[in-house]
Amino acid sequence: MRAIGRYTGSLALVLLAGLNAGCSTAPIIEGDEPEPPVFSAERVLQPGVTHVGDVYDPWQGFNRRVYRFNAFVDRNFLLPVTKGYQAVTPAPVERSIHNFFTNFLNLNTILNSALQFSPRKVVQTTGRVAVNTTLGVFGLFDPATRMGIPQHQEDFGQTLGRWGVGPGPYLVLPLLGPSSLRDGIGAGVDWYVNNRLREEIFAPETWHEVVWTTLFILDTRANVAFRYYETGTPFEYRMVRMLITTKRRLDIER
Amino acid sequence: MRQFGTRPVLLGLGFALTLFWAAPATAYDYPIADPFLATVVGTPAPLKAPVPTDVPFKRRSIRVLEREAPDALWYDQELRYSYAAQRGPAPLIFTIAGTGAAHDGSKNWLAARAFYSKGFHVVALGSPVSANFVVAASSSGVPGGAFDDARDLYRAMQKIRDELQGKLEITDYYLAGYSLGAFNAAHVSYLDAEQKVFDFRRVLMMNPPVRLYSSISLLDRMLENIPGGADNFDAFYERIVDAVGQAYRLSDSVRFDEELLYKAFEVLRPTDELLASLIGLVFRIASANMAFTSDVMTDFGFIKPSNVRLTRNTDLGVYNEVAMRLGFTDYFHAYFYPYRASLEPGLSRSELIERMSLVTIDDYLRGAEDVYLIHNADDVILAAGEIEILEDMFGERATIFPRGGHMGNMESYDYIGRMLSIMDPGAAP
Repeated sequence: MRAIGRYTGSLALVLLAGLNAGCSTAPIIEGDEPEPPVFSAERVLQPGVTHVGDVYDPWQGFNRRVYRFNAFVDRNFLLPVTKGYQAVTPAPVERSIHNFFTNFLNLNTILNSALQFSPRKVVQTTGRVAVNTTLGVFGLFDPATRMGIPQHQEDFGQTLGRWGVGPGPYLVLPLLGPSSLRDGIGAGVDWYVNNRLREEIFAPETWHEVVWTTLFILDTRANVAFRYYETGTPFEYRMVRMLITTKRRLDIER
Repeated sequence: MRQFGTRPVLLGLGFALTLFWAAPATAYDYPIADPFLATVVGTPAPLKAPVPTDVPFKRRSIRVLEREAPDALWYDQELRYSYAAQRGPAPLIFTIAGTGAAHDGSKNWLAARAFYSKGFHVVALGSPVSANFVVAASSSGVPGGAFDDARDLYRAMQKIRDELQGKLEITDYYLAGYSLGAFNAAHVSYLDAEQKVFDFRRVLMMNPPVRLYSSISLLDRMLENIPGGADNFDAFYERIVDAVGQAYRLSDSVRFDEELLYKAFEVLRPTDELLASLIGLVFRIASANMAFTSDVMTDFGFIKPSNVRLTRNTDLGVYNEVAMRLGFTDYFHAYFYPYRASLEPGLSRSELIERMSLVTIDDYLRGAEDVYLIHNADDVILAAGEIEILEDMFGERATIFPRGGHMGNMESYDYIGRMLSIMDPGAAP
């Protein structure tokens, strides 16, 4: 299984390079030259200035396609199923499921806080896990928040960032969404770590894993307000790219 | 004796006057006296009216026009809206969002939730200058004309009504809007007075502009407050991001959301110039989205070369940057006016400007007993003297709060309370 994971990784990179070559991001010009518009870039923009929306995105052709693919899956599958899940699940149960996953993922946060040499986050998050696993009945409830213990979220992408690794090219991951090369790799490491932790703690059978994964996906989607193509801007791809990149930068500095 | 007596009388009179003036001031709790700060920060939590958050909104989209959307805007083929139904018969209210905002924007849904709690079926509509509306429901594809936008809205509202009629028992129709949506509501109401498709029981306009052109000029000018001008836009953005980032780092449990904005203000301690440029920025994003979307619809050649076709994959970065540097007034002069003039030879700029105004339908609004107004005396989208025009136009049907900026007080007890006392399905005649 693990070997397969490794090969999928390199395969994905090769595919990415190949796919990108076939995706032009240029428009179609009818005629020889574009007719100059009233406000052309030459007229309005200062030459040689980089703009906040300019994020290093050499794989844009590929990324835009994956973005549309993700939107399609989200609109036609993920969102309807999530709505169904929210409709049939009583709110307290939904909250408990969310608490459970948050508590479990905090183990990875502790690990990464340690790798980032942040004793404060290690102590606080360990406190959270201790309280919520015991008083909170295996993390189903969240008394830690009521006690005022802050919730951090640290992943391996952030740890790499702390160690001085730049984000690299912007990367839209299939199904997982906007990211960067660094954070994409980080997500792979997080996925592996979380799986190992799950095995060590719960020794799950296959059907446990299926239920777990299904609920995890539903819970994650239920807690993200974003809807593809409903941001109201024709520049959505670029706006999302800028916001995600900024947010990740701030997450790392934090 | 008389000579001695004047002083106490005057004092007494002064005291009485103070009481008289102080009474409304103490009755109105909204505390933020700086209209720019009010506009940005909104209503402090303790003063927020308890509007229910669990309204069962359903999101829908509907095909309004036969026209096919251009490839780059394929996802906006249908008009998105949301509705929430009461059990059993009830009046239905349409709410129209402000400049460029979506049907489910926080202010539009706030109004919708409040009306729902009062017993209305609600239908929330996006702004006619929002990208989705321009593509899906604007028959010309060039938004901004008061009467054209109203006709487009009116058509969309009828289609939605037809769609919902089987599901809801509708007893009556009401209409509300805020900001530009209130301006739109006035014109829809004007249209309806003639055509009587809905025969609105009551219409509520919340903080409308009076003359569109004077408001867009004010808003465009707000961005000039960016230190060093629009070319320093990126530095300005970085400054805002840094402030937000600082707030984000300083706070332990703060999430990346609205609360963060308040914290950022504590860090920044912004000047009025900075606040104005923030407000200008919000409207600039709306104007950029509108202008570019419209340009793609008509191939006018405003930002995008007229003979360039965008695919679903086209990088729009340069157009985005150009669009962000152009204001509503650029749109008006270099696109909207030439486009209108090509349809109506001889139309002058000043005539067109005059037409985009509540003053144009002054006769109607003066006599429309069912059209009500809520506004703020210090609203930053109004030019000097415009609040007086509204007071005069609406008379008893106007409620003018002394503070609140542009929509800053919308969530307050006073504002929501007034909204719901005007739009009361039980009390209206």
